Amino acid sequence: MAAPVRGMAGSTSIGNTTSFQKKTRSKLVSIPGTRPSVQNGQLLVSSGVSSLDYVIGGGLAVGTLLLVEEDRYDSYSRMLLKYFLAEGVVCGHELFLASARDHPDDIMQELPSPIVDDVAGMKISEGQSQPSDPENPDTMKIAWRYQNQPKVQTALASSVRFGHYYDVSKTMEPELRQAAKCHSFYQLQEMPVATGSSPLPSPYHALLKSIQTVIRKEGFDGSTPQSKVRNVLRLGLHSLGSVLWGDDVCCKDNPAHCHALTTFLYILRGMLRTSLSVAMVTVPSHLIQNRAVMGRIIRLSDTAVALESFKGSEKETNPLYKDYHGLLHVRQLPRLNCLSCEVPDTKDLAFKLKRKQFTIERLHLPPDLSETVSRVSKTDLAAGCGSTATGNKHLDF
Amino acid sequence: MFPELNSILNATPDGFKSSDFILVSDRRADASFLIHHHLSFYLRAGCKVCFLGLVQSFSHYSAVGQRLGVSLAQAREKGQLVFLEGLKNSIGVVLQEDTSQETQPLSYLRTPGAGLEGLFRFVDRCVRQRGDGDAGESWGPPVLLIDDLSVLLSLGVSVGAILDFTLYCQATVCSELQGNMVILVRCEEDADDDEEGSNLLQRGLVHQCNLALHVEGLPTGYCRDIHGQMSVWWRQGGETIYNQRKIFHFKLHDKGASFFARGTSSAVL
Repeated sequence: MAAPVRGMAGSTSIGNTTSFQKKTRSKLVSIPGTRPSVQNGQLLVSSGVSSLDYVIGGGLAVGTLLLVEEDRYDSYSRMLLKYFLAEGVVCGHELFLASARDHPDDIMQELPSPIVDDVAGMKISEGQSQPSDPENPDTMKIAWRYQNQPKVQTALASSVRFGHYYDVSKTMEPELRQAAKCHSFYQLQEMPVATGSSPLPSPYHALLKSIQTVIRKEGFDGSTPQSKVRNVLRLGLHSLGSVLWGDDVCCKDNPAHCHALTTFLYILRGMLRTSLSVAMVTVPSHLIQNRAVMGRIIRLSDTAVALESFKGSEKETNPLYKDYHGLLHVRQLPRLNCLSCEVPDTKDLAFKLKRKQFTIERLHLPPDLSETVSRVSKTDLAAGCGSTATGNKHLDF
Repeated sequence: MFPELNSILNATPDGFKSSDFILVSDRRADASFLIHHHLSFYLRAGCKVCFLGLVQSFSHYSAVGQRLGVSLAQAREKGQLVFLEGLKNSIGVVLQEDTSQETQPLSYLRTPGAGLEGLFRFVDRCVRQRGDGDAGESWGPPVLLIDDLSVLLSLGVSVGAILDFTLYCQATVCSELQGNMVILVRCEEDADDDEEGSNLLQRGLVHQCNLALHVEGLPTGYCRDIHGQMSVWWRQGGETIYNQRKIFHFKLHDKGASFFARGTSSAVL
């Protein structure tokens, strides 16, 4: 049925007055950069890191919220946010980036560049031809049997692929970045608005209003007519709950606004469920003293992962962890439109940021290479039957 | 509707205990599958269901309901199911655009300190409306289902106000109208210093209820084949005093769930 493939937007129910109409001819919604889930037909987008997609069940479902608990120095969670936004640029989705500490434009300039052969179809013009035989480019001399076969397309269009790879050492080309539509919200430049009797403090209220304006204006909730091609909005919200957002949940045991962040997440969840959008929120959970609040924040989001980096802790020099940069904990996986959820194989996951890939693997112990382990050397056993060399001490027939 | 759970609880859509307050709670697990079970159970039994869906959209329950064999859209159209869309309607309330009468049930979002009177009036109105004139059919006893009462704690409502609300609902739905109530509460890990928290709410509700179903993970650790353990606690009800507890393991499938006694999972045997 088409309803689940359209994501979490509930507008197809009877009696609803939005202009979402079922297309009579095409059964599947085809938005570039998305694919239906194999479990329940949910529309998925890639988070930018293919191993993270695998861990959370194929990808992020449209209409849901991914919560990332930041590591201590916010290095890897910021990296995940950049991967998420870069994936949006490459797939042609619209972006919304909100940040309180760094200007959104600075974050956008740091996006990793996609690895070239994946996006060859996007920027290389159609006119360029492959270097070929100058005399007679069309006739083949050796493989003449294949003369009449159709030419194989080596340049894949970026919309066909789900999930791309990025090179962290290079930043994205400005042309590619500017091709994507990006809305930004920088908390320090916003004018404080009188919110009246709203239960939310001013920065969160302003951010929600801004998100709602973008969703309505660009038609992600189905309010614009059908002629516009449908697209997905990716929301990246950096470091929510930190003091720069006007929230004291991170610095006090009994904060005055202890319900601000949870109310914000509740309203955001409502907005996501009624539009074609997906959000990634990073929260500095190591600063939140009250464990009950953290539990509520996790339950209000759909998918929740936590990053624990080894930098600066005693685990950095621990030989067990020498291959990895940190641990990844999957706190919650969503159950959307079905009873059972994606059950992971293992919960011991570790991550490593390499130049071309952010890998998440099952944590396994390295082989024991300490000196006390006795090893039988090969030369003692390799002596043949007839040799009477001096190395035959261990063999007796 | 899960047949194995029906046999554990001795309930069928044709014959179940009325005036029952069932509390579904979980700790570090997800007990919403029990809400789906009760929703399809009571719809099959022909009761008038008032569902406060505060954390998920209608299409989510509808999709699961179809796998379990009930059509929520049809029930809503016929008037058997009244669904309060918490998520969708709360956006307008908090961003202060919608101040109409329809958003009165969600008035706790505007003023969390004031309590849940608006929500109770909505429930009261809904469960007293029995039988639609045009169809001529009158439904069975009313049932109130609440998916996730503990989200109200995240929105700033106090534990006392929520307990007052459930007391009012129990007096109206269970005692006066002989209906049933099923409430889901999600708890955190045991926090001893949790004065205003969901643990306090859960303890208060366990004291009020007749049947408590508690879902949590296995005490021995994570297992792929057994998704968790459910403890069933029959409290006092009617003439006989039960106060009996049993623990089952369960595994969720695409179209249902299977419950078995501890140690008898197919992965083990």
